[in-house]
Amino acid sequence: MLTTAILVTVMTAATPLLFAALGELVAEKSGVLNLGVEGMMLMGAVGAFAVAVTTGSSTLGILAGAGAGALMAMGFGLLTLTFLANQVATGLALTIFGIGLSALIGSPFVGTPLPRLPRLNVEGLSDLPILGPLLFGHDALVYLGLVMVPTIAWFLTRTRAGLILRAVGENQDSAHAIGYDVVAVRYAAVAFGGAMAGIGGAYLSLAYTPMWIEQMVAGRGWIALALVVFAAWRPWRLLVGAYLFGGVSILQLHAQGGALFNVPAQVLAMLPYLATIVVLTLISSRSGRFGLAAPGSLGKPFHPAG
Amino acid sequence: MLRLERRSAPSTAMRVATPLVAVAASIVAGGLLFAALGHDPERALYGFFIAPLLSTYGLAELAVKATPLTLIALGLAMGFRAGVWNIGAEGQLTMGALAGGGLAAMVFYDAQGLWLLPLMCLAGVVAGMAYAAIPAFLRTRFGVNEILVSLMLTYVALLALSALVHGPWRDPGAFNFPESRFFSDSGNLPILIERTRLHLGYPLALLAVLVAWLVLARTVIGFQLEVTGLAPKAASFAGFKPDRTVWLAFLVSGGLAGLAGLIEVAGPGGGQLVPTISPGYGFTAIIVAFLGRLHPVGILLAAHVVALSYLGGENLQITMRMPVAVTGVFQGFLLFFLLAADVLVRYRPVWKRATA
Repeated sequence: MLTTAILVTVMTAATPLLFAALGELVAEKSGVLNLGVEGMMLMGAVGAFAVAVTTGSSTLGILAGAGAGALMAMGFGLLTLTFLANQVATGLALTIFGIGLSALIGSPFVGTPLPRLPRLNVEGLSDLPILGPLLFGHDALVYLGLVMVPTIAWFLTRTRAGLILRAVGENQDSAHAIGYDVVAVRYAAVAFGGAMAGIGGAYLSLAYTPMWIEQMVAGRGWIALALVVFAAWRPWRLLVGAYLFGGVSILQLHAQGGALFNVPAQVLAMLPYLATIVVLTLISSRSGRFGLAAPGSLGKPFHPAG
Repeated sequence: MLRLERRSAPSTAMRVATPLVAVAASIVAGGLLFAALGHDPERALYGFFIAPLLSTYGLAELAVKATPLTLIALGLAMGFRAGVWNIGAEGQLTMGALAGGGLAAMVFYDAQGLWLLPLMCLAGVVAGMAYAAIPAFLRTRFGVNEILVSLMLTYVALLALSALVHGPWRDPGAFNFPESRFFSDSGNLPILIERTRLHLGYPLALLAVLVAWLVLARTVIGFQLEVTGLAPKAASFAGFKPDRTVWLAFLVSGGLAGLAGLIEVAGPGGGQLVPTISPGYGFTAIIVAFLGRLHPVGILLAAHVVALSYLGGENLQITMRMPVAVTGVFQGFLLFFLLAADVLVRYRPVWKRATA
């Protein structure tokens, strides 16, 4: 029973990472490296929380989170795609801005209680031993996250729009020469990435810990970025990565609670960050340079005149 | 329709003009933000930008906050010039403070003498360098993305600080408050003007600006960084090894960030280690480096502008009860507008009739 409970919490911990990383994967597949995931998640978290508290509707809250993330992403798009600003610097700016603005918007909401996002409860099924809570005991976003994995995999490999998106990301000049609107495709991909990061943030403030705290994303945006590298830009591997990291963070919490080891809580809290470094090192050393699997035009500005 | 045309060479006039445009635009956006928050924008802008500068204490505080920003941004700019992204200065700052401050609080808390402060500074620099060496090593040896590693290490460093001051380094006489013992008098930076917090670190930062300017303008190292950033292929033909550039950028920026951390705890931090050492100077210094055009003198000026945003935020928190997060929003505005305006450095806007 205990292991079931742990597995259920791992799924909750993995969900925000999964959303943010899937969104970033799509953006990067179109050739845009948006390092502002942390800022977009924070805006998603605060936007969702503010709307959910004022309207009393968690659905509206989730939509607001997605909207806030997408809006931030459009700001990033305006700078990098229209004004051709450096993507690394702009992504950092987005995170710095998101930290400040979310704290500002969230300041009246600190300490406000909010009921957790409701969990599915199927009469009979949810009470089944082990399988019940694992399959039928989650909130809607956990399922949505799981559905997004095959959907995005299918979109990228099986649809015309997905192929165009990848073409733009692999070789922007060829895609442009064929007649695709590189900038428009990238705007769409970046906005989608922002919306997904926003939902990831919303999950944190509506379900994972239903409250608003400044900087509550706590580096998950950066871990999501690392997950995309870990997954070699493949949605299914991303799912594995997100659950792996969800597991590490839950392991850390349980070790603290149960005092499994005689180490300070802070040292255990380092685990997800250290694990990210270790995993990145293993992946990078195996594939040679950082990202052999990376889209060919990733991070390069596009100007039609060359 | 408005189109962008690539300039044959980046415009020098625009390089100087865009930071000013960015500051002006941020002030306008700040006014709109204050209005949106339901405050009188004129009064708020005055309180944010002018009021903090009207006293000796305020000016001294400006220098106090500009000190770590200048030191860190000088180092970061070296790397940014060469396309090496050290985003973990906050972590290196923390490690510098831990090493130098730990020495003062745990080993030499009874010691007096002029040797103590230089020793602490040295420890801070070395610790910052050592911590920055991790992403440098992983990048050069295994090709690991240095942005993500240096950032993850920042979280680790902040947790290490928290673990130490809540645990083994806690002052036994501090009634369970998470703070270390006080450093001895020799472990505190001398105050330069009475009744202010202006300390010896400020002239040190000015000196660092001069040294950085000489290095960048007059030595082959500066040239190497510049070429590596602008034309990596040309750099490798000239025999500049990219790995060496990565190491150089990380060691210099890590060392300076470590020094800034030590200066924070031995100066305005009050001569002890507490769970929060810096209000994010390591991240804000990224804005300073860009706003200062990666140039030492520009960085010095930009550090004072950004330092003012801290003072302004604090002042509005006290006088108009605004959340202190206003500071972060303003800093975000600054970098956004700068990056947007920067398009004018490399491109020229032209009106063209749409040709069918």
